[in-house]
Amino acid sequence: MPAFVLLTVLTAIRILGRNRLRAGLTMLGIVIGVGAVIAMVSIGEGAKAAVAQRVASMGTNVIIILPGSTTTSGVRGGQGGAVTLTVSDGLDLKKRIPLLRDTGWAKRDVMQIVNGNKNWSGPVNGISPSYLTIRDWAFASGGPFSQQDVETAARVALLGQTVVGNLFDPGEEPVGAMIRIKNVPFRVVGVLAPKGQSAQGSDQDDIIFIPFSTAERKVFGTQFLGSVGALFASTERVEDLGSAAEQIREVLRLRHRLQPEQEDDFTIRTQVDIGKVQEGTSETMTVLLFTVASISLLVGGIGIMNILLVSVTERTREIGVRMAVGAKRRHILVQFLIEAMTLSVVGGCLGILFGVLGARLTTVIAGWPTIISGQTVAIAFVFSLAVGLFFGLYPANKAARLNPIDALRYE
Amino acid sequence: MPPLIRCEDLWKIYSLGDVEVQALRGLTLSIEQGEFVAIMGSSGSGKSTLMNILGCLDQPTRGHYWLNGIEVAALRADQLADLRNRQIGFVFQSFNLIPRTSALENAQLPLFYRGLPLREQRGLAMAALGRVGLQGREQHYPTQLSGGQQQRVAIARALVTSPSLLLADEPTGNLDSESSREIMTILDRLNREQGITIILVTHEADIATYAERELVIQDGRVRTDRRTRPGLTPSPGGV
Repeated sequence: MPAFVLLTVLTAIRILGRNRLRAGLTMLGIVIGVGAVIAMVSIGEGAKAAVAQRVASMGTNVIIILPGSTTTSGVRGGQGGAVTLTVSDGLDLKKRIPLLRDTGWAKRDVMQIVNGNKNWSGPVNGISPSYLTIRDWAFASGGPFSQQDVETAARVALLGQTVVGNLFDPGEEPVGAMIRIKNVPFRVVGVLAPKGQSAQGSDQDDIIFIPFSTAERKVFGTQFLGSVGALFASTERVEDLGSAAEQIREVLRLRHRLQPEQEDDFTIRTQVDIGKVQEGTSETMTVLLFTVASISLLVGGIGIMNILLVSVTERTREIGVRMAVGAKRRHILVQFLIEAMTLSVVGGCLGILFGVLGARLTTVIAGWPTIISGQTVAIAFVFSLAVGLFFGLYPANKAARLNPIDALRYE
Repeated sequence: MPPLIRCEDLWKIYSLGDVEVQALRGLTLSIEQGEFVAIMGSSGSGKSTLMNILGCLDQPTRGHYWLNGIEVAALRADQLADLRNRQIGFVFQSFNLIPRTSALENAQLPLFYRGLPLREQRGLAMAALGRVGLQGREQHYPTQLSGGQQQRVAIARALVTSPSLLLADEPTGNLDSESSREIMTILDRLNREQGITIILVTHEADIATYAERELVIQDGRVRTDRRTRPGLTPSPGGV
């Protein structure tokens, strides 16, 4: 059998080579289908990886607790509109829930920052020292606030890359410089390493950090002392995120004296939840892709079936001769199946080639990240093989069922 | 030793809609190993049907056919294919070479289905082409060969498996007289020198004279069975 299969493959390639135009047109469906799938999957995978990286840039095993909406006589304010979370909530959570590695808090406001003759409006965040470690902020130069800075509500600031770019000339050293935030002078003690876009697509590097105590007492002006914009917590292990979030909910409900029938006055989101939302988007994309791929492979497969039926008719006499000299039904069946699979596999390989080129071009021209995984290529290859096999079956069977006498006499 | 071919009361009935056509009507026949038999008959006599059955391409409706002692009527399609591959070589009027395929590969075809190693297939096919005088033309395509040469490739294809029976259905029907003589000389030599049994279907009397026995089929039965002479030369003025 191996010699038979080998020769049949060679014969099939030669037969296709003879009718290059016909073979090319037949393969077109498969080429386009596989090419589109490869290109789209690699774009999808690239986008997914970028999103995953953004989710990871939030920090490690992070839980975010936002104040809930207020309801005043049935009029609901937006999320975060209420002042329901406080510094003491944050401290108490850490004390009561051993699963939590740390808790932190932050409060933000957009303010004008001035350095010499340059100015920029950016989000100023008063943060607890633990916030930086929870969110995995690293430093490009300088370092975090000292404990003393926090206790004395010192006027010190950390700047993100975007802010540095807007306030300082290239080559100018920000660390040690004096800037003004809402007209209050601050000394820059650190520049943060870049993080890029957040999972929601906002620029995480457009940020200024100052100690929470300083923000409360010297910059923001607060109605309720100790109220925070958001609480942050982190766990040691990613598996603990769910149960930690549940425990946080219980503790906060208790602290806020909520009755069982009352809704939470806060919202808890874990890093895993945020990741899932993003994955959901890419799943929709995958389903769509799968549909497109199925349709084009179906069309390509029908093309192959069609051309094979023509081929069987054209070569009826040849089939008769082959049967006369001893070809069994399965020999004829295998021969035509191999021809179908050669068509679809050559088409598939061309499609893979075009798909990879398309993905590369997308990266070069549009700057979208693309990932071409070996798995995708392998699946595309196997699929094109399967299409050939499936759509070759009917014509091949038709050929194998020919009666040798009728086939020999066919004009 | 049993005869190579023994047919007993062969019937072949085709139904074409309501009409029944009796192509063979109780034909009985016996051919010994090494004979060179010409089968003649007008069209519609049943000779094509007989050839199909003798060539194991078709099964009789009733009756028995033993080839080399094997009862063919009892075999399944795959077994028939095997039998054709091992015992029978076909030569057709229209050559029936596979187009755009070299002479060598055409001659190789039956071995291809026997699953022999490639090298062995090549060797046997080269030898068969040599026996019909086509050395040096192994790589030629059918379109690059004359009719006589194409028919010789077909004979090489029939010979390559060393069959016990060679069925030639009007082998010279599409050839000029010179090529016809060439082909008949080759068949004659194969019969005399290698003892291959040859059954030749023809409607040309001068071609039939190459054979040593002449069967005339009429209305699905053997009408005359005449022995000419063993080992022969064409009759004067023939071909």
